[in-house]
Amino acid sequence: MTEQGTVREPTGASADDAAPTEGADETPDDGATTGQTGASSVVATLEGAGVDTVFGVQGGAIMPVYDALYDSGIRHVTMAHEQAAAHAADAYGAVTGDPGVCMATSGPGATNLVTGLADANMDSDPVVALTGQVPTELVGNDAFQETDTVGVTTPITKSNYFASSADTVGDDVSTAFALAANGRQGPTLVDLPKDVTTDDTDAGASEPSVPDTVRVRERADAEDVEEAAETIAAADRPVILAGGGVIKGEATDEVRAFAVEHGIPVVTTMPGIGAFPEDHDLSMEMAGMHGTGYANMAITLTDCLIAVGTRFDDRLTGGVDSFAPDAEVVHVDIDPAEISKNVEADHPLVGDAGTVVEQIADAMPNSPDTEAWRDQCAEWQAEYPMDYAVSEDDPVKPQYVVETVDEATDDDTIVTTGVGQHQMWACQYWTYTEPRTWISSHGLGTMGYGVPAAVGARLAADDDQSVVCFDGDGSFLMTCQELVVAARENLDITVFVLNNEAIGMVRQWQDAFFEGRRMASEYPWVPQFDRLAEAFGVAGFRIEEYDDVADTVQEALAVDGPSVVDVYIDPTENVYPMVPSGGDNGQFALSEGHL
Amino acid sequence: MSGQGLPGPAPEDRERPTGRRNSQGIRIDPEAEAEHPPRRTVISALVEHEPGVLARVSGLFSRRQFNIESLTVADTQNDDWARITVVVEEPDPGIDQIEKQLAKVVPVIHVRELEDDALTRELVVVKVDADKPHEVQAITDMYGGRTLDAGPRTITVELTGDEQKIDDAIDAYRQFNIREIARTGQTALARGETKTAVVPDYLK
Repeated sequence: MTEQGTVREPTGASADDAAPTEGADETPDDGATTGQTGASSVVATLEGAGVDTVFGVQGGAIMPVYDALYDSGIRHVTMAHEQAAAHAADAYGAVTGDPGVCMATSGPGATNLVTGLADANMDSDPVVALTGQVPTELVGNDAFQETDTVGVTTPITKSNYFASSADTVGDDVSTAFALAANGRQGPTLVDLPKDVTTDDTDAGASEPSVPDTVRVRERADAEDVEEAAETIAAADRPVILAGGGVIKGEATDEVRAFAVEHGIPVVTTMPGIGAFPEDHDLSMEMAGMHGTGYANMAITLTDCLIAVGTRFDDRLTGGVDSFAPDAEVVHVDIDPAEISKNVEADHPLVGDAGTVVEQIADAMPNSPDTEAWRDQCAEWQAEYPMDYAVSEDDPVKPQYVVETVDEATDDDTIVTTGVGQHQMWACQYWTYTEPRTWISSHGLGTMGYGVPAAVGARLAADDDQSVVCFDGDGSFLMTCQELVVAARENLDITVFVLNNEAIGMVRQWQDAFFEGRRMASEYPWVPQFDRLAEAFGVAGFRIEEYDDVADTVQEALAVDGPSVVDVYIDPTENVYPMVPSGGDNGQFALSEGHL
Repeated sequence: MSGQGLPGPAPEDRERPTGRRNSQGIRIDPEAEAEHPPRRTVISALVEHEPGVLARVSGLFSRRQFNIESLTVADTQNDDWARITVVVEEPDPGIDQIEKQLAKVVPVIHVRELEDDALTRELVVVKVDADKPHEVQAITDMYGGRTLDAGPRTITVELTGDEQKIDDAIDAYRQFNIREIARTGQTALARGETKTAVVPDYLK
């Protein structure tokens, strides 16, 4: 049956595992090879881990793994660029909670993954990257398409492995898989030298398991929990700060129940959007640089900050000296290294978010008296509403587009974005009520994240769930080539390009802090995105004035397949409120006049 | 420019809390500045002896801008383990972060900051001019060192000791014109019955 006939004993394990089928004419005695290689062990391990979709780009050194995928039930989605494969896998992981898988060849394939892996690393999204590598005997010789991938990706992965033998490569992949999913999630990588994937081996699938040195704490220390609960119960102005860890830790139910039971207002970080329903009375929405005025007032004046699953990024805290200065901080996190890294925790609670929040709930001696505080929060909500001015004569306001699309879609619609002003409008003016519906590049701020993330999210989402992408013209231009994937796979996604012919956020900063010297931020040469979409085989639409908005949004959403809407937005519109970098959250600017 | 903005009072008209945190995120008394000054300490990590572990650890230090004074690594009583000893100069929150970030590196088995009474030793090899061989020998004897090589133009000696002793000895050798110095960096074990690293049973 095969030319390369190393005759080997069939392995007991694989013969037993395979259910007997009529087609199984390759009986153990007929002298054929088992055909098992390092690559087939890799693929069997992925199958065993329940992977159904992988994103990647073919190439010389990864070919053996692709060859093994040929006979697998795993769906491979060919992306136009490896960066997009990593973003798609990241979004897939963010939507499902299970690791997304991306593949690339050695050298440029692997280095193209770097941005996506760095992005996943900052956002603790579970991703497994498999990269081809030159054969072991050529490693270190600067061979064709060789890169020290393990070295390059060490700082941007949770852990990574150089596979050394066909017999153990399955173990490397299963370890990478388990690590990506376990504890604080993150990206992992396995570098696969070509000889390792082509060598014969008896090894089949390997069970995911984390190394013995990794010990994740589930429950926080009971005494610490008690002290924290007493502090919360005694607080006058408590606030829950829900971070991305609430969603990744599947702790939204616990956090919601706790907030409602004790009447504690909830502020989210940007990755924490969806942890608490934004239409709830207790929701203060997002805090930080472009957070709502009321959220920033609340976290500035709180006397007890219950932070769950957040790393206190500087975009959230502003300058730490002015961050929640009066607050006793209760910090729940699964990663001990996040405790007191940026903001000192008075009550550090290391453990799984849901488990620890439940522990606190059980330990609460009484509810804090928050009536006056909630009234104060409501006053701030009235004082600093999220608002914008609409005038029929002006170009369309981006906020209006976001709100219109929100109204036209179901609550469980997944929103992906690029990075920039459009991303902030998509945070601010969309009402998120469910976890895992806001998929964005938070920590790394990767322009170009939106379209590939929409591809990944679409393949991860339920069939009846809509996926929309808000992008900016600058961000869209960085990865719009991935429309080819949406067209080929007929993925039902709708991309709204909020087009202001600029890298708008940079322009906003230049106007505010660089005396309006708009160096390299204006893009008066952007293509017509509706026609660009059509060239890719994607339905294209354009919105130029208010009268077009509602109908065109409906039409685009109704397309059974990908569509792109080029929205000419008011180029003078900027993102407010805004806390200048390193500033004081309570002193957010409401307009340019405040900056 | 739009400039229309949102409603609400201007930044300076809003209520402000009186408290403050310092630049390390620690809540402080408004009267007293509570910054932690850097201090020098020894951190010991027991790690699985696998390729790349030193690169992972040293990369961690450089990309997080920890101020590292010395770093040594070698085998232990168990072939599967290596011990990394790091001398750092950092404020307390930084030292705390070093321990926690090191503990996150997958092949790291145990990390701890050693007590002040830990047994720390360093080896130095010093090459000086041979103009005054007897005086060099006297200094070497005083510091309990050993002459490795003595020629007509150079003398090379070795010394071991704690950091202070090595610094003092090098100062003393300066009078002979030091040509070259090679120091190993500190290595250390906890004193007496105290364990330098605690290894969980299932790894033994």
